[in-house]
Amino acid sequence: MAEIKVIADRCTLCGVCVDSCPQGCISLEDEVIIGEGCTLCGICVDACPSDAIEIVRKRSEIDLSGYEGVLVFGEQVDGEVSPVVYELLGKGRELADKLGEDLICAVLGSEMEEEAAEVACHGAELVYLYDDPLLREFRDDTYTEVLSDLVRDIKPSIFLLGATNMGRSLAPRLAVRLKTGLTADCTSLDIDGDGNLLQTRPAFGGNIMATILCEGSRPQMSTVRYEVMEKAKRDESNRGEVVRRGIENLPVQDRVEILQSRRTAGESRLTEADIIVSGGKGLGEPEGFQLIRELADALGGTVGASRLTVDDGWIPYRHQVGLSGKTVRPKLYIACGISGAVQHLAGMQTSDIIVAINKDPEAPIFKVADYKIVGDLYEVIPEIIRALKED
Amino acid sequence: MELIVPVKQVPETTEVEIDPSTGNLIREGVKATLNPFDAYAVEEALRIRDSHGGSITVLSMGPPQAESAIRDAIALGCDRGILLSDPAFAGSDTLATSYTLATAIRGIGSFDLIICGIKTTDGDTGQVGPGIAEEIGIPHISYVKRIDKIEDGHITVSRTLDDLDQRLRSTLPCLITVTKEINEPRLPSFKGKMASRKAEIPVWDSGTLDVDPCRVGSEGSPTWVVKVFHPSSERGGVELGGTPREQAGALLDCLRQRKLI
Repeated sequence: MAEIKVIADRCTLCGVCVDSCPQGCISLEDEVIIGEGCTLCGICVDACPSDAIEIVRKRSEIDLSGYEGVLVFGEQVDGEVSPVVYELLGKGRELADKLGEDLICAVLGSEMEEEAAEVACHGAELVYLYDDPLLREFRDDTYTEVLSDLVRDIKPSIFLLGATNMGRSLAPRLAVRLKTGLTADCTSLDIDGDGNLLQTRPAFGGNIMATILCEGSRPQMSTVRYEVMEKAKRDESNRGEVVRRGIENLPVQDRVEILQSRRTAGESRLTEADIIVSGGKGLGEPEGFQLIRELADALGGTVGASRLTVDDGWIPYRHQVGLSGKTVRPKLYIACGISGAVQHLAGMQTSDIIVAINKDPEAPIFKVADYKIVGDLYEVIPEIIRALKED
Repeated sequence: MELIVPVKQVPETTEVEIDPSTGNLIREGVKATLNPFDAYAVEEALRIRDSHGGSITVLSMGPPQAESAIRDAIALGCDRGILLSDPAFAGSDTLATSYTLATAIRGIGSFDLIICGIKTTDGDTGQVGPGIAEEIGIPHISYVKRIDKIEDGHITVSRTLDDLDQRLRSTLPCLITVTKEINEPRLPSFKGKMASRKAEIPVWDSGTLDVDPCRVGSEGSPTWVVKVFHPSSERGGVELGGTPREQAGALLDCLRQRKLI
């Protein structure tokens, strides 16, 4: 719904845009030519010193006025609504208030009455409950049928899903079914002056942030990163209505059969920890994680890790914090021997308090730290553990 | 088994930085490469073909130079490649991309399995795989870490979905997206490189594909980027100096004050 143009009168053929293009698709001949690799990312528009490149938005001819309300997918595992849903409800409430619309949650599962009532105490005016044994376990096919039917019926303007594996598998199927736009992995959501959803997400490995609009189609769909938004507050006095809906009239097809499904024996989950102590390549050797674990144990926390240590097999993937690992938002994050690549920062910079321990005073991790300790972690951490044990 | 592997050419590095003084992107000679996540999809397809027979078609949408990503896949052993390229495809978001790739796959004819990488390193959405499956109307299974068996028109796989370890069985044809755990991609052989050099790669444009012009490129893309910016998250924290013992003591005092311990 947009087109990129070079305004020849303003263009000085300076070539700044050629160098700015991350796709390498701009060339300079007698004029600036934007080739077909263009993703309309807008970087050249900002880079151009003469304001000679513009992206023209085409106004939608579709009537979008019938779409109203913020819908949240209330994903559940084993009959338990996932924690990310409460974060979506928190953000969804804020967006709904800005629009003056309702917050709606869809819960699909089996024997979910109590959980649906709980969701209704977290800011939603309306909870649609689909309670059926066929919906006990998540299935892309079935859930797509049910949710696309609901969306066509209630026509929400915004539809948020968690950027969990489940959400990331389901949302693109739904978006294609509904022929609407979907933005992955949003870390920030807001409403612009025209009432459209501003969806911000990391791009290019977290090096830059991109704000994305979907103004010409509805609902505006996003998957939202876990542990980034504030959780909705529980308020029993302000309970939303739970409305049951059946699936009898839906063509529920099952092309994928679940042969086995069991919860992984979880160590305490990284994303739920209040305190995380993370180690990086500055540990020097895999055995360094013993010291990290000792500090985590002394603080009652969990162990995290940088991507490089995971890639080198020092510690399993489930500990990885960062863009390609988990996003975490603990009360306290202690980064030990982690230099702070943007990809890592993208996964932990919303932590309440950040402590960095690193030999290199120039390490980028110090920029996001509340408390900076420049020093050898093998000298400092044992002192912290000793002092904690003295208490 | 007729296998299809959609791949993408991506910039070799995602280390794009913005010059803080000018706000411009610093980019040093962007080299393009086969999306690293697609290498796992290609490898898995090769293994299936080698044990079950059949052939592998690699498909890519992109500018003319994206042909080299297809050649990379042929060098690894894929049988043939098709490039979807047309200026009309520029500015495609994941919805338009899913539609265009799905239209091409329908054009290829019958197939048993589509294997996709879990996401691309540049777009990083992971949306196109499931999008293609929905567009074609076949089932999909995401996050596959092992193929257990393929027989009697069905595929059985293992995957991790958040906290769940699952075994699933789908009817064929079907689409799977595969994670890095699934295999160790091979390197191209000499023979493969020769084949890759000689391979003819047809280019399908919007005419060949007979796509709906309203559903491709920027026209068919409901989402678009309005703004890019450099994330700033500097906190201007306090440096705790002294000997390691003093540093440890000062830190614990601060954490106690904030009631974190």
